[in-house]
Amino acid sequence: MSFKASDLRAGVSDSWAVCLAYAPIAMLWGTLAATKGFSPLEAILMSALVYAGASQFVAIQMWVEPLPILLVVFTIFVINLRHVLYAASISRHMGGIARWWHPLLMHVLTDEAWALLERRALAQPLTLGYYIGVAVPLWPTWFLFSALGALLGSVLPDPALIGLDFAFAAMFIAILAGFWKGPRTGMVIITSAAVAVMAKTFLSGAWYIVIGGLAGVAVAALMYQETENVD
Amino acid sequence: MSIDLTTLLAILGMGLATYASRLSGLLLMRGVVVKGRMKAALDAVPPAVLMAVITPMVFMTGTAEALAGIVTALSAYLKLPLLVTILVGIGSVVGLRMVFT
Repeated sequence: MSFKASDLRAGVSDSWAVCLAYAPIAMLWGTLAATKGFSPLEAILMSALVYAGASQFVAIQMWVEPLPILLVVFTIFVINLRHVLYAASISRHMGGIARWWHPLLMHVLTDEAWALLERRALAQPLTLGYYIGVAVPLWPTWFLFSALGALLGSVLPDPALIGLDFAFAAMFIAILAGFWKGPRTGMVIITSAAVAVMAKTFLSGAWYIVIGGLAGVAVAALMYQETENVD
Repeated sequence: MSIDLTTLLAILGMGLATYASRLSGLLLMRGVVVKGRMKAALDAVPPAVLMAVITPMVFMTGTAEALAGIVTALSAYLKLPLLVTILVGIGSVVGLRMVFT
């Protein structure tokens, strides 16, 4: 399948609004990083190379002298384990994209990019143009605004004041609704919500996403009956 | 503008850890024929993980967030465009936080 400008445009038209939300959140992260001694260059490096917002906020929170590097890296790994599920799931819809692109495209698979890609894949197979249109504008938005935040310091109002902290939750709820296929989906999401609440309550850190998600997936596998044709 | 060596090492470590999580999902699926129970399980990944991500954010934060979550879900149920639903979510949480402080 070839690269089509119309696919690229479709991707950008789905992702630009997410860019608007990424910018202030990246700036907030940059200002926090600056309080821990990050230079704008270090902020850019971290945002470009790690590129996983939630884990970056946690990492900055853990930033002390002397830096517990192994603990920070391990914590980030646990928070980002959910990406294993994202990549496994989305790779099934990437058959139309040349193989050598796949490892590169994985780097820009954030929660938001993944959710938009899964939403698209409900209707049609993914194309390189659409993937790039969704995922690539988000990446520089994230790292450039991180640097801007580190450069400017705390000039921003708290994103919670204008409800921006809820933007991603709202987007995920909207995308989640598109996956509704009847009572079985209800069983899956009730299980994953209940287990996520338990994990969040009893375990520290971000295990709740992976544990809750896997519980929902397990219920879906258990409910499957050999006689039915889900293909 | 400078780069501290310890900071650089930590950034590289975190970058590798994150990329490993993204790449391993891709590698796990190499050559796997997805059908039957396996397909049912993988099809459930998006709703299951999205629900696990939003649950603490929506239902364990406060009354305003929980109610805003329900308003947002209603807007999604009515199949309003994605951006409109996000704006409904943001608007409702701002309004509800003024009521439930």
